[in-house]
Amino acid sequence: MRMTAVKTESATALPSAPAEVVVLVRRPTALASRVRACVNDIAARVVPPIVVIGLILLVWELLCRKAGATLPPPSRVLKETWELIVDPFFDRGGIDKGLFWHLSASLQRVALGYALASIVGVALGTLVGQSMWAMRGLDPIFQVLRTVPPLAWLPLSLAAFRDGQPSAIFVIFITAIWPVIINAAVGIRNIPQDYRNVAQVLRLNQLEFFWKIMVPSAAPYIFTGLRIGIGLSWLAIVAAEMLIGGVGIGFFIWDAWNSSHISEIILALIYVGLIGFVLDRMVAAVSSLVTRGTAAN
Amino acid sequence: MTAYLKIDHIDKTFVRGSVETEVLKDISLSIDHGEFVSIIGHSGCGKTTLLNIVAGLVPVTAGCVLLENREVNEPGPDRAVVFQNHSLLPWLTVYDNVRLAVDKVFAGKKSRAERHAWTLHNLDLVQMRHAKDKRPAEISGGMKQRVGLARALAMEPKVLLLDEPFGALDALTRAHLQDSVMAIHQKLGNTVVMITHDVDEAVLLSDRIVMMTNGPAARIGEVMDVALPRPRWRLELSANPVYLKSRQRVLEFLFERHCFVDAA
Repeated sequence: MRMTAVKTESATALPSAPAEVVVLVRRPTALASRVRACVNDIAARVVPPIVVIGLILLVWELLCRKAGATLPPPSRVLKETWELIVDPFFDRGGIDKGLFWHLSASLQRVALGYALASIVGVALGTLVGQSMWAMRGLDPIFQVLRTVPPLAWLPLSLAAFRDGQPSAIFVIFITAIWPVIINAAVGIRNIPQDYRNVAQVLRLNQLEFFWKIMVPSAAPYIFTGLRIGIGLSWLAIVAAEMLIGGVGIGFFIWDAWNSSHISEIILALIYVGLIGFVLDRMVAAVSSLVTRGTAAN
Repeated sequence: MTAYLKIDHIDKTFVRGSVETEVLKDISLSIDHGEFVSIIGHSGCGKTTLLNIVAGLVPVTAGCVLLENREVNEPGPDRAVVFQNHSLLPWLTVYDNVRLAVDKVFAGKKSRAERHAWTLHNLDLVQMRHAKDKRPAEISGGMKQRVGLARALAMEPKVLLLDEPFGALDALTRAHLQDSVMAIHQKLGNTVVMITHDVDEAVLLSDRIVMMTNGPAARIGEVMDVALPRPRWRLELSANPVYLKSRQRVLEFLFERHCFVDAA
């Protein structure tokens, strides 16, 4: 009897004691502590990369400042490319343009090639995923062709199109299409039998089945392919443009190398990296928007 | 009198390469309009195959299925199925899952507003209107089955096919859903064919229980009428002699005469 009495006493005492303490501490500083938590959270994300970048720049500076260094230190890169950084929009005709124009020319080629690859890739992937016959016929061809390096297609496409612009777009297309096809095909093949049964009981026709079952069900796979595809496109464009010349970030890099403007190459690489990152995030954002329902299951 | 739904001398053999597996052998069954029939048997005896044949999802090897004296050999909304694992489309809300079926079945027959009302009406039948804007991943297993049931009911099927609809649910949720199904059957007078492996469920819900022998080449072993008046109440039945006797007979069939074989 006495034991239970003691127990209840401690049980009722326990929750009230800490609650009081919390209230006392929290009330005067509720806003301040929330702000502090927010600042801490941001700092925890931002500080480590800043520290690491600072360290890298420091080591780079120390290594390349010595006489006889083959590459410029970051301070010299900044000084020599300052004009390009502050005015990306100048246009002196020919290929003597600001970086904005080079990057936008490259982005346009990627946009065209990638859009074509997405449409054709999803269509072919659907075909291969739906039809056993198409899979047996096409899959071996895909498996062989997808291992061909992007630039190996360039001479052939130059021979076919006799112009740099469509050739570059074709190289982007042929680079980006394989992961799109393969992932779309896997996504279609993996549509659960349950969904097919539902479609059959409802007597959905081919078109309804495609839009209402196939696309949403395979969307996570399709977007995986599209995300790999955009990365590969951006990888391939720089290399392709080095060879075809004209306006574009790839040829800008090649031109800088020919003129021994090493600092400009470094600046261009930073831009290429940042834009590649943004492109990847854009496709990822669209993907999470479109597949939010499917991903939850 | 001809039956409403007639399963006429069905054989089903699955062929895979050179291996032939005889699953169902000479199954015949007549079901009247408004009747609630359960098919019970051990796991692997081919009951789901039989249901899929009635649904038209699986072709027969021999024999045929007649609904209102017309042969049915492909799936259609006149034989709506509630699948064992709910089969809701995860990217659609509860409402849209039912609406998809309503839009397809009643396209051109009901106006937009009528289809909207009909969708909500069916969600009300299974008490799921409150969750109409949720996605399947956000509701419980029992709720998903309710929505699956609403989707099937919304097609106004001639025959409602239930494929172990409560198999994956806990006992309490299952009891709730059984009561809901009974109430709906009472209200709408649907013709229902239910697959189950739960003896109590079969006796509680059915007008007739079809007991299947073990596969391969499963046959109908016995058909038993459950002569209990409706509406039936779970609590009162537990002491009812007819109920207990029916239950006893099914158990004897399943565990004495057609004991479960390990190979199945």
